[in-house]
Amino acid sequence: MSQGQFLTPTKAARGLGSAKSGTAHHIRLRVAALALLILVPLALYAIISISSAGYDGARAWVAQPLHATLLILTAGAVSYHMRLGMQVIIEDYIAKTGMRTTLLILNTFAAIAMFVAVAMAVVQIWIAG
Amino acid sequence: MSGPQRAATRPLSPHLQIWRYHVTMLASITHRITGAALYFGTFLIAAWLVALAISPDAFAAMQGIITSIPGKIILFLWAVAVMFHLFNGIRHLVWDGPGIGFSPKVASTVSTIIYFLAILGAVALMFAAGAF
Repeated sequence: MSQGQFLTPTKAARGLGSAKSGTAHHIRLRVAALALLILVPLALYAIISISSAGYDGARAWVAQPLHATLLILTAGAVSYHMRLGMQVIIEDYIAKTGMRTTLLILNTFAAIAMFVAVAMAVVQIWIAG
Repeated sequence: MSGPQRAATRPLSPHLQIWRYHVTMLASITHRITGAALYFGTFLIAAWLVALAISPDAFAAMQGIITSIPGKIILFLWAVAVMFHLFNGIRHLVWDGPGIGFSPKVASTVSTIIYFLAILGAVALMFAAGAF
């Protein structure tokens, strides 16, 4: 069977372009952005409250269940959004496959590590009361 | 199994020197630069919360870094980045959702306004946090 004769245009194009999961990535980045539109102003309020309260006051602020929830939610949305955003930057500028893959994996690890660090810190403060 | 080689021959995104200066182009690249800066800034905020969980000494050390002059400069730049990315992010959502604000005149005007809002917002945030 001769190659090409029975190849549909879709089959010929598949795998050659960047048509992989771009649409899902685009939508996820924006859904996280919508969440951050609400969470970031609240998180800025949290930072203002914590920075002026001193050590005990800051811990008391974070230990409030609603505040602890806000901080963990924000860390989750930020982690997701920053990972997706940095992924685009890496894919745009790093051409070499090895370096690109390494950075993409490090990006995922760093974003998850940030979330876990914040979540653990908030939980520790919450439990200790 | 030609995946890796093919990936390497794909075109890259145009770099800065490709673009002729315009305020919309500047706002676009600023959105990316502030996004990347916030990526790293987030780890500083996370470290601050982790210090609060560890001990009074760790928290005092972090507070000492933040309230030093270099710390305050970084904090102010972080605040500008947050505000710019937030306001320009709203514009991105308006572009993608209702699909308005694309005309050259509106896009240019809004770009300039966002720069002012970012700086004003950052100054307000620093005052509110008692960092000035």
